[in-house]
Amino acid sequence: MTAWPGQPGRAGPQVRDRVRDRDKDRDRAGALLRPTALSPAAPAANGRPPSWPPCQWCRGVLRQDGGARPPRRGKERGRSAGVRRRRRAGRAMLRASLRQVSAALKEGRVAPTELCQRCLALIKSTKFLNAYITVAEETALKQAEESEERYKRGQPLGILDGIPIAVKDNFNTAGIETTCASNMLKGYISPYNATVVQKLLDQGAVLLGKTNLDEFAMGSGSTDGVFGPVRNPWSYSKQYKEKSVPKSHSEDEESNWVITGGSSGGSAAAVSSFTCFAALGSDTGGSTRNPAAHCGVVGLKPTYGLISRHGLIPLVNSMDVPGILTRCVDDAAVLLGSLAGHDPKDSTTIQDDFKPFELPNLTDVSKLSIGIPKEYHAPGLSSEILALWSKAADLFKNAGAKVVEVSLPHTPYSIVCYHVLCTAEVASNMARFDGLEYGHRSDVKDSTESMYAATRREGFNDVVRGRILSGNYFLLKQNYEKYFVKAQKVRRLIANDFVKVFRSGVDILLTPTTLSDAAPYTEFIQEDNRTRSAQDDILTQAANMAGLPAISVPTALSERGLPVGLQFIGRSFQEKQLLTVAKWFEKQVQFPVIQLEEVKRHDSDVFQHQKSASFS
Amino acid sequence: LAPWVPVVGLEIHAQISSNSKLFSGSQVQFAAPPNSLVSFFDASLPGTLPVLNRRCVEAAVMTGLALNCSINKKSLFDRKHYFYADLPAGYQITQQRVPIAVNGSLSYSLCIDNKMSQMVTKTVRIKQIQLEQDSGKSLHDDTRSQTLVDLNRAGVGLMEVVMEPDMCCGEEAAAAVRELQLILQTLGSSQAVMAEGQLRVDANVSVHHPGEPYGVRTEVKNINSIRFLAKAIDYEIQRQIEELENGGTILNETRAFDSKLGCTVPMRDKEGKQDYRFMPEPNLPPLILYDAKSLPANMNHQQVINIDWIHERLPDLPSVKRKKLVEQYGILPEHSFTLLNEDGLAEFFESVVKETLMKPKKVIGWILKDLLSYLKQHSLTVKESPVSSFLLADLLNLLEKKEISSTAAKQVLAELWKGEGKTPLEIVKEQKLELLQDQKELEQICQAVIDGHENEVIMMVLG
Repeated sequence: MTAWPGQPGRAGPQVRDRVRDRDKDRDRAGALLRPTALSPAAPAANGRPPSWPPCQWCRGVLRQDGGARPPRRGKERGRSAGVRRRRRAGRAMLRASLRQVSAALKEGRVAPTELCQRCLALIKSTKFLNAYITVAEETALKQAEESEERYKRGQPLGILDGIPIAVKDNFNTAGIETTCASNMLKGYISPYNATVVQKLLDQGAVLLGKTNLDEFAMGSGSTDGVFGPVRNPWSYSKQYKEKSVPKSHSEDEESNWVITGGSSGGSAAAVSSFTCFAALGSDTGGSTRNPAAHCGVVGLKPTYGLISRHGLIPLVNSMDVPGILTRCVDDAAVLLGSLAGHDPKDSTTIQDDFKPFELPNLTDVSKLSIGIPKEYHAPGLSSEILALWSKAADLFKNAGAKVVEVSLPHTPYSIVCYHVLCTAEVASNMARFDGLEYGHRSDVKDSTESMYAATRREGFNDVVRGRILSGNYFLLKQNYEKYFVKAQKVRRLIANDFVKVFRSGVDILLTPTTLSDAAPYTEFIQEDNRTRSAQDDILTQAANMAGLPAISVPTALSERGLPVGLQFIGRSFQEKQLLTVAKWFEKQVQFPVIQLEEVKRHDSDVFQHQKSASFS
Repeated sequence: LAPWVPVVGLEIHAQISSNSKLFSGSQVQFAAPPNSLVSFFDASLPGTLPVLNRRCVEAAVMTGLALNCSINKKSLFDRKHYFYADLPAGYQITQQRVPIAVNGSLSYSLCIDNKMSQMVTKTVRIKQIQLEQDSGKSLHDDTRSQTLVDLNRAGVGLMEVVMEPDMCCGEEAAAAVRELQLILQTLGSSQAVMAEGQLRVDANVSVHHPGEPYGVRTEVKNINSIRFLAKAIDYEIQRQIEELENGGTILNETRAFDSKLGCTVPMRDKEGKQDYRFMPEPNLPPLILYDAKSLPANMNHQQVINIDWIHERLPDLPSVKRKKLVEQYGILPEHSFTLLNEDGLAEFFESVVKETLMKPKKVIGWILKDLLSYLKQHSLTVKESPVSSFLLADLLNLLEKKEISSTAAKQVLAELWKGEGKTPLEIVKEQKLELLQDQKELEQICQAVIDGHENEVIMMVLG
């Protein structure tokens, strides 16, 4: 094989070592986690829908002052008040929204390098979450230094300058490993940046690292990647621990942690645990909105064609969109403004110019028409989510909006249709991973064909291989009409359902994002990936079929103390309207801030200097 | 028994003459250092996307119009899947369902019985023209049992021209391909040099009895010149007839032409029957073309291709040029074919005609008999001719003005081939080849001859 310029590197020994270390750390972290003493959990209101907790709907009671809790006595004994204050201020800074921290940077209240270092330290101390596959410490610090220079000169590049962000590990990043959580691309270093990554860097953002996912984004739990599952930060929250049923044995703590959802679980966990201010995910069937809902963050899937896919390693080209995960709706609008617009490298992006917008504070919703699609009352929808959903509808109604039940009659066919289209494109997209140009190559050398076969067997997990097989089956000449063409027709019907509803005068659809709150890992893996994906994508993927913008907004905590999100679906390219409504809703519900409990680790040096790990 | 009827159809891949590839910005260049013209997209790096090259679309539209096709205002791209080392993505982007141009025709002429004087014109239907990517090149090193891959060609734009099985022998196929080649070169849509792989022809061949359905066909590949195309087809027809007459059957197989042995041999078909699992290319929106009527008013010109605009700017096609030559200069139709068959020869002829008093009908003889045969003998192109059209015109003017005889003219021409920079007149002077125009001078010469040969004169007078 002759080399050509820009040939991407293969995994060297250092990479392998690093991966091994990572695994070691994870095991250790897992084994040593122990339950924290908590006040007894409030008895769950079993059997009936949760009462609407007023504290979550209006600012004031619960989280008014969420940030600056006094440090626990004894934890910081011996430290000076100044150190404690700075530490508190630093922690508060990490919990700020992107816009807030951007203002702080501008006013000089915090420096980009300090911000970056704090994020990096927090990434280290929350390593057990497994949110990151690669932490780009060196380049991040360099970027932060450059940003600092710009601030010193009084010439920051804009609102994103100096803001630490994370990117899902299926976006190409020049010089930083891009793995898709697959053996196939372990050690792969791309020679170019995805357009969205380039845009972030061009605007001065600091790229902290690459976040974990299901292999090639195929999954809904962030449990099926080669680097192991991502743990939902809420597993370690006071809210969850207080409400989850106390176990008699301390070992059960380990089995109690819940999944993040997926496949952008690493990005959702990273934003939720305050290690970054915003993260990129990707959304093909709900991969941004689902983990956003489970992790209590905002997850935006923009209209197909609004943001470039160039450099996003595809799952389903006709449905993939880069997703945005942030702490609040305003931040999502900021990211959208910095990423949207035509890209000559992606022919499916819109030609029209995109004008970034700021979201108005909606005071009057009386002119709004909110549609409640009855088909989203899907089998398996938990009663508490159903109750939250109708509460939310009432909220709009009580504020004067028109709330109407609408029908999207083809919704029930969506999942099976999605399965055919998704696997077909997967089969095609994965064909390039043959071990020749880049990525894993098997040692089997009997023939080119046997090398291909061994490479792909070794490089892909069962889920990916399974989808390739079924996709190729659907594309066979004798099956093409029967499956693929039929699925395309159904897709059109699903898209038309939305068109009709919007044409009838409905502005925004309100639906649940997930059927239930996040499942404990041990429970989640009882079902296979395909079953899980089919269940978990059910409320989200129709928006991908139709290319519509949709956003999951954290709404309330479940009985178990876990986040629940509701989804708004808007008209094509009407992100401003969608986000404006979402922002209004966000303000009404006052979703509580995560209270991360201390994670005790007996022998971890990482935590030695971080005894007070309660960063809520 | 009824005679066998051979049926020949062609699939022709013409490499589009463009600066960059069909879907990437990599340069297109023949014989560049291996893997020096490879973009991230060409190497199928994950996350890269195709971006359609406008020039390639225009070339296909031009070609479609020149071949009397209807141009589809909306065409689609598809993925055709197969694993091969020189196909990095594992699929080729092509136009299987709705190609850019369909339902055309190509008229070509050929002479009967090898006599240039009897030409017939035939027509082959063009089924479709589709845009697609070229593959890379695999070089198999058997001794070291390794395969080397050069991706320079991977992603170069191709037009696949599919001809209906309207031909019946190698000569017809060769004439059709030659005409297509001329058209492509006239349009500039492809350089169409077979030796450089810019024009690749696969032939589908079968034989049957009249009134019966078509026989099983074979596909003949690996044909790298027009001469070999005719040979390969005729060999394959003969082989099939013999096979069937001996009670054998024809397999639906791919055969390669071996130019050294002059026969076709079965190609090793490792994968057996392929299912290409065609699928719409999701990263390319439908290709929309416009005409004057449908052209949107306020659209970016860079993003719009106007079929009518291209149509108006098509150059004269070879058939039109030939007709004009025949009408304008009164030359024989077969001579117009020869003039167009050599690149630049018609232009050479026309500029000679312009510069000389000699009648075009006479000029053509000098062009075809003298110039062309000399060039052929020395394997030169018209452009490389040591004798420019001006020099030849000068020479023919001398002849036309009867300053030299035609024998002398040939002598001068022979001198001119040496390319020493002399004008015909200088050569004539040097070698004293002028014809005498002055009667007195002639009388003097005659007198001198008579005077110098007294004895002979006396002998003649005496009888």
